Amino acid sequence: MVELALPKNSQIKPGKTWPKPAAAKNVREFRVYRWNPDDGKNPSIDTYYVDMDDCGPMVLDAILYIKNKIDPTLTFRRSCREGICGSCAMNIDGTNTLACTKDMSSINGVVKIYPLPHMEVVKDLVPDLTRFYAQHASIEPWLKTVTPKPEKEWRQSHDDRLKLDGLYECILCACCSTSCPSYWWNGDRYLGPAALLQAYRWLIDSRDESTGERLDNLEDPFRLYRCHTIMNCAKACPKGLNPAKAIAEIKNMMISRQV
Amino acid sequence: MLTMMMSITHRITGAGLYFGTLVLAWWLIAAATGPAAFATANWFMGTIIGRLILFGFTWALFTHMLGGIRHMIQDTGRCMEHPQREYLAQATLWGGIVLTILVWVIAYSVR
Repeated sequence: MVELALPKNSQIKPGKTWPKPAAAKNVREFRVYRWNPDDGKNPSIDTYYVDMDDCGPMVLDAILYIKNKIDPTLTFRRSCREGICGSCAMNIDGTNTLACTKDMSSINGVVKIYPLPHMEVVKDLVPDLTRFYAQHASIEPWLKTVTPKPEKEWRQSHDDRLKLDGLYECILCACCSTSCPSYWWNGDRYLGPAALLQAYRWLIDSRDESTGERLDNLEDPFRLYRCHTIMNCAKACPKGLNPAKAIAEIKNMMISRQV
Repeated sequence: MLTMMMSITHRITGAGLYFGTLVLAWWLIAAATGPAAFATANWFMGTIIGRLILFGFTWALFTHMLGGIRHMIQDTGRCMEHPQREYLAQATLWGGIVLTILVWVIAYSVR
């Protein structure tokens, strides 16, 4: 439900200011969310100073600089460093995005970094995505068929294949779902933009033969219909996809199968 | 930013319309009750506060109506892309303000 204030144990307290790197000329300030499940304290914002002459251009470069040269306890996920794994999704400068593809020159002033909003935090910048993945699994993101298997592959025309563009590219980074107020408030029952984008990806796949069952599974006041076209999802997506549009198309499929 | 702002504005104006409808109901009930009750209701609507409430009600009504039209367009899958969705949000915001002022200018000029 709607929560206007953070619970007491989640309220952010002032944190530590780490010393500036010695002899650095071009220094930039970073304020980073810290929370350690083991020390029993509230979350805090630590301040770091990064030597920009000794650091790559992306926010992930700065986070790695902090971990390697200032504070090895800073915890975050990262892997591919090129926007294809979705691990380093976090809230940077007020927007959910991937740290590895977010150019620091596009940010004015102090760089503020938080974990993805309204998720349980495991530690520092690491959110718990268990439910998010379970929601993706619930839409059964694989090809479902009843006709006998063809000798080679399931074939698809070029035009039908084109319908999957803008859908299959999702990397499940959770930037969209965690930017959605409906997901913040009803994330336990509303599937969220990421899972619904994938639901649509399988609904319009010409090879899939369980469209009816897939729609039945979504015909629910919460799972699908909590989308109110707020559009934060489309704005946040670091891959430039449009979950809001996909959700509108699912709603239209619901209507057109009734008439 | 604006698409999100207009979404919450749609909800707030929708809630405000309940209150505005109560004012409207009071006015109608007063009109049915008798001249004295109607005069009281009319007097209140004419005060600065009463007029401010009516002005806010007009704005909420138009903004919510345009928000509803925006939803109707987007429910068909249209205007979901950038920058059309921004234009539509801007149209809802400015359309509501312009229509409100227009109605009040007409109301005052024909009085």
